[in-house]
Amino acid sequence: MFLINCPYCGERDQQEFKAGGEAHIERPKQPTELSDDEWAEFLFMRKNIKGVQFERWNHAHGCRKWFNMVRDTSNDEIKAIYKMGEKPPAQ
Amino acid sequence: MKNKYSVFSLIKNALSYHENWQRAWKDPAPKKEYDAVIVGGGGHGLATAYYLAKKHNMNNIAVVEKGWIGGGNTGRNTTIIRSNYLWDASAGLYDHALKIWESLSQELNYNVMFSQRGVMNLAHNLQDVRDLKRRTHANRLNGIDAVYLSTEEVKKFCPIINTSPDIRYPVLGGTLQRRAGTARHDAVAWGYARAADAMGVDIIQNCEVKGIKRNGDSVEGIETTKGFIKTKKVGVVAAGHSSVIANMAGLRLPLESKPLQALVSEPVKPIIDTVVMSNAVHAYVSQSDKGELVIGAGTDDYVSYTQKGSHQIVEGTLNAILELYPIFSRMRMLRQWGGIVDICPDASPILSKTSIKGLYFNCGWGTGGFKATPGSGDLFAHTIANDEPHKLNAAFNLNRFVSGDLVDEHGAAAVAH
Repeated sequence: MFLINCPYCGERDQQEFKAGGEAHIERPKQPTELSDDEWAEFLFMRKNIKGVQFERWNHAHGCRKWFNMVRDTSNDEIKAIYKMGEKPPAQ
Repeated sequence: MKNKYSVFSLIKNALSYHENWQRAWKDPAPKKEYDAVIVGGGGHGLATAYYLAKKHNMNNIAVVEKGWIGGGNTGRNTTIIRSNYLWDASAGLYDHALKIWESLSQELNYNVMFSQRGVMNLAHNLQDVRDLKRRTHANRLNGIDAVYLSTEEVKKFCPIINTSPDIRYPVLGGTLQRRAGTARHDAVAWGYARAADAMGVDIIQNCEVKGIKRNGDSVEGIETTKGFIKTKKVGVVAAGHSSVIANMAGLRLPLESKPLQALVSEPVKPIIDTVVMSNAVHAYVSQSDKGELVIGAGTDDYVSYTQKGSHQIVEGTLNAILELYPIFSRMRMLRQWGGIVDICPDASPILSKTSIKGLYFNCGWGTGGFKATPGSGDLFAHTIANDEPHKLNAAFNLNRFVSGDLVDEHGAAAVAH
């Protein structure tokens, strides 16, 4: 359990948020041309990093907006939070 | 086995004040080269090594473990064993394990305290009722014992459950698998370790894998904190840390690692002589032989390797438990902990070859791997020894995420995920 600084609402309990998994997985531009391997990569394969990971989160019980987070999964420390569409901070 | 455990050895050692028991397994330094190395000394890894040595005559093998054996999820689960899964592939896999459990103590000459006290799954809404009835029929078609119980029969089987119709999660029925039950988790790891060691397997603790050396598309060995170990076959059985090892080899797996929590109460007199699972509310309860209530909760929804979970997850589980078992309202909880579980998108495991020759993965067991320990070890050993899966684990390959032939147990079987 930890606090998350929602870029729209400020600091709130993690309980209000929903984790949305790995960030910056680009949706295929030409879905019809994708091979089965590429679909598997897009749909299922994840980095699942132990350490600093880029993630999407949703303030489900608040403003309901999506945003990005840089978090260390080995100790749950949040390194940075930035809005959708913004460039991820350099690590 | 050199020092067979028996009533005679117990008496003999009692006469010398139990000071002359021999080590159950050696503490060797790693050799330069092995025929195969298993990464991960939990139940599944040690079982894999045991069956490699016993059934496939591979004795020049090692198990490397970064901490101590059985110190990961093997020592952190709620020890529930059952095989009442919906799909044919899962039923085959888990019932194979259950059949081995039934004679495991004798086979290992080590009491794993396997107790077939039955596992009951409760239905709390109409969809649960339909799902559980369907699963009961599917189980019986697959030769797995299963019965559907009415609310009254649930009450009769486990009288402390509150079956009043006006509670938040009313009990509308349930299923019962009588062959299911529990076992002593540490004993499983220790029993396999002792038996594998007796056949020449090196069990190397405090040895963390730091890298996987490849020559093109083949494995050449592993870098560890105790030096380089040359081997042509590496079987990774690293549970929550599978992705970490996969990343070392440049592979990606369809896994997310999340904290799963459990807790135990103070010990009390026998009060619940079975295992009761309420999947809809993530409340699982049984009683250990010491008398503690063993309670399982759900996972957090974010990736984390911290081995601790969120407070509200435990709170939600205990709310449901108090509603279902008002008699527990004054129980005090002694310990709470988390384990890191690796969850597949279809909530089924992976026991598979990979695109790299000589690299095998046994992972993705998610929240329910303990029950499969013997079967998983047996089938993974077969896969490593023959470089081909056994027919019982053929469906659990990595390629299913490409072909789309998933084994979708998520929710479909009212399993605990």
